[in-house]
Amino acid sequence: MLQYLFKRLWHTVYVIIGISVISFFFIHLSGDPVMLMLPGDASHQEIEDLRQQLGFNDPIYVQYLRFAWQALRGEFGQSLYYKIPAMQLILERLPASLELAAAAMLIALVVAVPIGIISAVRRGSLLDMGSMFGALFGLSMPHFWLGIMLIMIFSVRLGWLPTSGRGTLAHLIMPSVALGLSLMAMFARLTRSVMLEVLSLDYIRTARSKGLKERIVVSKHAFKNALIPLVTVAGMQFGFLLGGTVIIETVFAWPGVGRLVVQAIFNRDYPLVQAVVLVLAVIFVAVNFIVDMLYMYLDPQISYFEDK
Amino acid sequence: MNQQAAAKTSIFEVITPRLRFLGETLGEVARRPSALMGGIMITAILLTSVCFPLFYPVDPLEQDLLARFTPPAWQEGGSWVYPLGADNLGRDVLARLLYGSRVSLLVGFAAVLVAELAGIFLGLFSGYYGGKLDSLIMRVADIFMAYPFMLLTISVIAVLGTSIFNLILVLGLSDWVTYARTIRGSVLSLKEKEFVEASRAIGTPHRVIIFRHILPNVISPLLVLGTLRVANIIIWESGLSFLGMGVPPPMPTWGRMLAEGRLYITDAWWLVTLPGLAIMLTILSINLLGDGLRDALDPRLRNI
Repeated sequence: MLQYLFKRLWHTVYVIIGISVISFFFIHLSGDPVMLMLPGDASHQEIEDLRQQLGFNDPIYVQYLRFAWQALRGEFGQSLYYKIPAMQLILERLPASLELAAAAMLIALVVAVPIGIISAVRRGSLLDMGSMFGALFGLSMPHFWLGIMLIMIFSVRLGWLPTSGRGTLAHLIMPSVALGLSLMAMFARLTRSVMLEVLSLDYIRTARSKGLKERIVVSKHAFKNALIPLVTVAGMQFGFLLGGTVIIETVFAWPGVGRLVVQAIFNRDYPLVQAVVLVLAVIFVAVNFIVDMLYMYLDPQISYFEDK
Repeated sequence: MNQQAAAKTSIFEVITPRLRFLGETLGEVARRPSALMGGIMITAILLTSVCFPLFYPVDPLEQDLLARFTPPAWQEGGSWVYPLGADNLGRDVLARLLYGSRVSLLVGFAAVLVAELAGIFLGLFSGYYGGKLDSLIMRVADIFMAYPFMLLTISVIAVLGTSIFNLILVLGLSDWVTYARTIRGSVLSLKEKEFVEASRAIGTPHRVIIFRHILPNVISPLLVLGTLRVANIIIWESGLSFLGMGVPPPMPTWGRMLAEGRLYITDAWWLVTLPGLAIMLTILSINLLGDGLRDALDPRLRNI
């Protein structure tokens, strides 16, 4: 068990190193920041001095090591546009994004899991077919369009919910539904297919034949085993949520990192863009690590001692 | 001469069973009503997207300020000159939707092709040769997997700039990992099979074993995966376009139509509703077809 944990930890570390190399590479490709920092009429000498001072004349691997060391301490340099440290901006905006992602995930799971279970139990019924068809629609709907439609119906026409911004629970409803709908559809389909598989296994027949109530068989015996793939997929989809916030936050003017990164791209604020990307990628890797640990806890059948 | 003849027969021998298999698969797909519907819908969409200038030769860029915000024809104030209405500059919405379909479909299919090609090569080599090459490719794949897809494309687009070519390349190359992993898995089990060992024993070059003996046997899961990924790529393309990072203007795209229409959400419902419906119908038909293909090709998943 411990060995697996260390292996997994090592995996996480090298992935983060890889991501930092890619991020560094993009910053480098995006051009000379010195030109963006100095006024247009700066002399050749001034440019050269600043380059020297900021270390842009060092060999590339020295520059990377310096970047990595600073990134490790959470220093990503100054945002070119806001003129304050990029990390400070990110930390200010991150809670809003995490709140949105968590709400979307919660809504998706709370709605999808019961639908999936009922569909599996009443397989072939009108309810099953209806909800699976609905799920296919949900999967096919771009979440930003859903967001716009929600705004049109519930804010513009009915005036029930605020169009944009963050603050009250009412502000959270539409963005999280829009972000969560395709996940909801995916979870409903997944829960259904996993439950169908589990319900056909022998131990379920045993449980039924010894006279247990169907409700107990489904909820206690079957669902517990269906949880494992569900947790895995939920963890993997967290990255989708982080990516999805980029667009949804723009639609709803939600003050999170997604909107920050879009604005940063238009401001050509590359250090900020790469800082956001790197931070989100690290969060994603960390979440996957936690999910793997959960998996180990949920599924004692799998042996983690084998060295493969 | 002799060699040529030999090559011809053997290619024929390779192709015939594939064609039969393809025919059987299509038959299997056609037996499912939902998959059949998806197939018909996506064929109709593709045909429309290619042929529409013959039936509807309207310039999507021509502005008519007098026709600004003309509603669709069936609504009060609408006219059949603008069947689906006109936008804030008096441009024909239907013409823009039709041209937009070309961008989405082209980017969707081309990007999946790029991803499949990259994934197939890397997956085949990784699985077949194993060793250092394998672990290198798989480690890089891990890193790509960890990078949230949308953020990866955004950060590359931010650096490279927007063009249809960049978009295809970026979306395609960010998406190779799934294909490579799928292929690698199948290759790992296939290369232990007798027929591969036999070809190796008689001295068949690796290149031939990989592309002639292994590749045809691992291709069908990629067909399913590719179909379903086209849908995803189209959603991402329209999302990027919505953010202003898609194919640059003046080319109309569904995503940008949504972004522009959003400003007039209170007065002109059709500007925000129709492009989204177009995206959704396209995605829905691809998903229906993809689900059908998966059930037909992967009997284990049948009826689940």
